[in-house]
Amino acid sequence: MLSFILRRVLAVIPVLLIVAMLVFGLLRMVPGDPAAVIAGDAATNEQVRDIRERLGLEKPIPVQFAIWLGRLVQGDLGQSFFFKKPVADLIAQRFEPTLALGVCALVLAVSVAVPLGVLAAFRQGSWVDRLVMGLSVMGFSLPLFVLGYLLVYIFAVELEWLPVQGYARIAEGFWPFIERLILPSVALSVGYIALIARITRTSVLEVLNEDYIRTARAKGLTDREVLVRHALRNAAVPILTIIGIGLAVLIGGAVVTESVFAIPGLGRLTVEAVLSRDFPVIQALILLFSCGYLLVNLLIDIGYAFLDPRIRY
Amino acid sequence: MQARFTRFIAALALAGLSGLVQAQTLKVVMHSDIKVLDPLVSSQYIVRNHGHMVWDQLVAFDEKNEVRPQMASKWTVSPDKLVYTFVLRDGLEWHDGTPVTSEDCIASIKRFVQRDPSGLRLAPSIAGFDAVDAKTFRLKLKEPYALVLETLAKPSLSPMLIMPKRVAESPASEPIGPEKVIGSGPFIFKADEWKPGEKVVYVRNPKYKPRSEPPSGFAGGKVAMVERIEWLAIPDAQTAVSALTRGEVDMVEIVPTDLLPLVEKDKAITVLPFSSGQYFGRMNWAFPPFDNVKVRQAAMVALNQEQILKGVIGDPRYYKVCKSMYFCGSQLATDAGSAGFYQGDAKRAQQMLKDAGYDGTPVVIPYPTDLPTLAPLGPLAKQQLERAGFKVQLAPMDWQSMGPRLRKKEKAADGGWSFFMSFYDARDALDPIGRTVLNTNCKTSFLGWPCDDKFEFLRDAYTRADTPEAKRDIARQVQERNTEVGVFVPLGEARFVGAMNRKLEYTFKAPITVFWGLKKS
Repeated sequence: MLSFILRRVLAVIPVLLIVAMLVFGLLRMVPGDPAAVIAGDAATNEQVRDIRERLGLEKPIPVQFAIWLGRLVQGDLGQSFFFKKPVADLIAQRFEPTLALGVCALVLAVSVAVPLGVLAAFRQGSWVDRLVMGLSVMGFSLPLFVLGYLLVYIFAVELEWLPVQGYARIAEGFWPFIERLILPSVALSVGYIALIARITRTSVLEVLNEDYIRTARAKGLTDREVLVRHALRNAAVPILTIIGIGLAVLIGGAVVTESVFAIPGLGRLTVEAVLSRDFPVIQALILLFSCGYLLVNLLIDIGYAFLDPRIRY
Repeated sequence: MQARFTRFIAALALAGLSGLVQAQTLKVVMHSDIKVLDPLVSSQYIVRNHGHMVWDQLVAFDEKNEVRPQMASKWTVSPDKLVYTFVLRDGLEWHDGTPVTSEDCIASIKRFVQRDPSGLRLAPSIAGFDAVDAKTFRLKLKEPYALVLETLAKPSLSPMLIMPKRVAESPASEPIGPEKVIGSGPFIFKADEWKPGEKVVYVRNPKYKPRSEPPSGFAGGKVAMVERIEWLAIPDAQTAVSALTRGEVDMVEIVPTDLLPLVEKDKAITVLPFSSGQYFGRMNWAFPPFDNVKVRQAAMVALNQEQILKGVIGDPRYYKVCKSMYFCGSQLATDAGSAGFYQGDAKRAQQMLKDAGYDGTPVVIPYPTDLPTLAPLGPLAKQQLERAGFKVQLAPMDWQSMGPRLRKKEKAADGGWSFFMSFYDARDALDPIGRTVLNTNCKTSFLGWPCDDKFEFLRDAYTRADTPEAKRDIARQVQERNTEVGVFVPLGEARFVGAMNRKLEYTFKAPITVFWGLKKS
């Protein structure tokens, strides 16, 4: 297992390098010039050219890439073109809100979706099954921002139970921290709940039709024992896979959620950086997201081995 | 018993203190977040507003648009009008505690005239500066220039603000960083609390010495009445309005017209106009079809201000048809020479196009899809121009892609453009000098590259006109010439309305969104 983890970690390096090259190249191909944005409307073309030179954007793209990579290897992500702050500091400021939102949404999604999916599978064809599947179709169909506005209107504006917007760092106290995360987490997790619930139902249904489940029932095990000891564990591999894949959906959803609820997270930083062509910030963020995604996939692969003894690396 | 009573009193006092601190903090959603902190380099209105928080002006416009002393206690002009002597007020200090000196003012003016359109106009007339002593300096001219004080009082894009010499010596071509945001204005920028994309924090400058006169326009006593101001970055207008109605924020600087009913019905909220301005269009003189003056005139006849304003703003309470290139209601406003223009007369425009020999070259209109106040302009103009017989291609893009596209001096077919539209705040639409797009000098004009000696001659004459009547007369001639040649296409005026908690009250008529003279009960 250790050698597997080591091999996977090593395999991450070329993947990240390819991602970095692609992002670097694509960014320099899209229209829009950060120097022109920095210079402002009144600047002359000469002034814009001066800024391009200072930012190093006049150099050939491979040279720019080599310089950036050299600094990256030394742990230097560069400086934001606009904020004149180190990219690492900007990301550090925005990391906690996105992590908190992501973890809350993930915990909420898994803890709601898996039981719902199992229940729907166990009561296949009943009104419970139809209700869960109906709700999951609704969850898929409802755009995230519409759901966000609805939640704000009902729970923040009308009922005044929760705040409309913003983020409080955990250092400011647990309740201020959590009360601002409830609505965004619910909004973000609804689509995810729908996805996991449907996959859970399908996986559990497949397992419930297996011979060993019939055998378990024949030897007198209760429904609960059959479900927990035999069905769930065997159905867990596809569920785990979909949780991993869904994380990408979650990151995409975080961009919208952070905008609707005014959470100063990485999603909004990404949008702002893309719109202002802040190349160092975009490059660092995409690398960070890629690392996160690769790490989650590695953890899922390791998880397979724990859940299914037949899987060995 | 006594101990319990003491604790009770202490708790009450603490609660009162906490309420007081709360009352002294203002949470505001401005129209945009800040990326660049240098009001001279950036052409964004949010950076101008930030500039007026931190820095002060040597001289400033009052609400009657007359220049008054601000950091200066007085000025004198020599009889030959070649030497302006300014004396600074006593006790002016930078936020770091060092005194404001003549050298700071000279360095700030030198940086300003390298960059701002009005400053660039003044620059060739400047012979030099003399720092007489720490509080007195002279600005010497080669020849009389009638707009020296108006230029030094410029409050908007880009405001003429006085910075410490060490900051003002930064190159005018690139913005200063957060560590250099040190002013002498009524508020202090908290660099350590600035979280881009989250909030910008200002605190009251305890050492600020306001003038004794009441505030008026950008002049007078700029008294900070709250201890702390937080500009929160809430990008979604619906969320900002919900936060205002819920009391989580105190002010939303711009409320989109479709959300206005939500705040208008709320008795705890006051709705007030924070800014107004002028939509305009610019044709590209360098390439067909708008290299032909008759085609430009046809386009000006084809465009319909009222329909454009209806499409962009919607509610007639918040827009105004105005054919003047100067903001309607201002001192120079005139619609001279504009009869029959900007009314969407498609038939007349068709005939004019035919007479001009228009060959069907497409008009390429780049327009930003990510700015709600500008996004509808492209499709609206397309419809109106097509009705007159133009072939039109829209080029939708995001705002940041617009700048580089507009700078391309190439044919539209090779990645250039033919016509673009944008917006000026009313403060920037008061004369024929301050706007970059009015430069028709064949060597230095850009973004459309207009070249018209007569227009430039008139602008030059304006800088030498020393009576209000003469200025008005020349401004009228500029307006007439504009209609003849099509430098600037006025597309009508809009008012942007903001909303604030009724606990907030301005003690004067604020010229833009400023935070002096604003109290919170």
